[in-house]
Amino acid sequence: MPKIKPPVRTPHIDMTPMVDLFSVLLIFLLLTASFRPQEAAVITTPQSISEKTAPDADLMTIFVAKDGKVYFNIDNGRDTSTHFRSKLLEKIGEQYKIKFTKAEIAKFGTMSSFGLPIKDLKTWLNTKESKDKDKLQTGIPMDSTDNQLAWWVREARLTNVGAEVAIKGDADTDYKLVKKVMDLLQDNKVNKFNLVTNLQHQEVTLKDLPPAAK
Amino acid sequence: MAEIIQEEKGKKGGKRRPKKQSTRIDMTPMVDLMCLLITFFMLTTAFSKAKVMVITMPDKENKDDKDKNQPQIAAFRTLNIILSEGNKVYYYIGMADPKKPPLPALIKTDFSKDGIRKILLDKNRDLFTKIAEYRDKRVTGKIVVADTTLDSEIKKMKRDDKKGPIVLIKADEKAKYKDIVNIIDEMAICNIASYAIVDINSVEKDMLKNAPK
Repeated sequence: MPKIKPPVRTPHIDMTPMVDLFSVLLIFLLLTASFRPQEAAVITTPQSISEKTAPDADLMTIFVAKDGKVYFNIDNGRDTSTHFRSKLLEKIGEQYKIKFTKAEIAKFGTMSSFGLPIKDLKTWLNTKESKDKDKLQTGIPMDSTDNQLAWWVREARLTNVGAEVAIKGDADTDYKLVKKVMDLLQDNKVNKFNLVTNLQHQEVTLKDLPPAAK
Repeated sequence: MAEIIQEEKGKKGGKRRPKKQSTRIDMTPMVDLMCLLITFFMLTTAFSKAKVMVITMPDKENKDDKDKNQPQIAAFRTLNIILSEGNKVYYYIGMADPKKPPLPALIKTDFSKDGIRKILLDKNRDLFTKIAEYRDKRVTGKIVVADTTLDSEIKKMKRDDKKGPIVLIKADEKAKYKDIVNIIDEMAICNIASYAIVDINSVEKDMLKNAPK
């Protein structure tokens, strides 16, 4: 009698629960992830050992690029109903007697860092081509005659009272320029800055102590 | 597409039955893709957070009553660090007072391990040893404290320190932003209790001109 051969079957694992779990995880991560917004300029930050992370909301950032251009950014706040950016633009508009339309204000609310004189702001908001937009980014003027950065900082401080200030400077910028920004901030009663850096581990132990000189 | 094919029962005989097809879908590629995406998101969300270094500057308005309220600091405890062009670091100890010659000589050093760090560690020996020993004890498990307690303990040690240097950081006009960040970082590495960023004065500018290149 021939042996009864059991039918050859490929082992099959039911992957449905695994897929379910993965889907949930994926959706969760997708929703919670906050993508890094497009920044106006490429800035290589200096390195430090500091492990403190920047606050993810209520943060005002001043970018100091290598070429000396200064950019500004403020977020909409932790609460989605606050719309700090839109309010700020309205206030600045009043200050400089520029009337922004509702659409322009709404558009500004969704954008991130910018660096251009206030007079170009309207054109910039209405430009669609990103290349033309970049051309308008000439840095926020901060001369003593027309210190627009100071206005931005002042109005932003009044709009979002709890905002912290971060300075993101390029490693190769002149300290003179960063100092100027810091002085300007101190004039506006900001005495605590967050300097944005890259993490670099460095450890010094007791062994590194130089021998005591007698 | 997966279809559910119902088995027809009770119809035996001549009619050709449709071929029995499996209702299972092979989910392996889907799982692969999901794994990849999940790993990607987990990694990017964790690493995209920017790190910051906090510095607090003294209030500018207090500058007016500087002469009255400024604490008197011993000259031998002050370590002046001057940053200059091309990542150069100079330092001198004490005060540069043109009325009391001779002026202290500027000593040139750099940002390397054996540069300014050696000087800072040497000056800050007591406090640094204290903090390092405390940390060691924690790592080896001799004492069990929370992170916050550790921080406050270290802060307390720094506050009580009476021997360590008082570092005055001065930057020349040609210094880069990187240099300032590096030197503040050095302060953190060496556990310096008191340091401040101050403006360079004209005496020091003159000293810098005659400093070794």
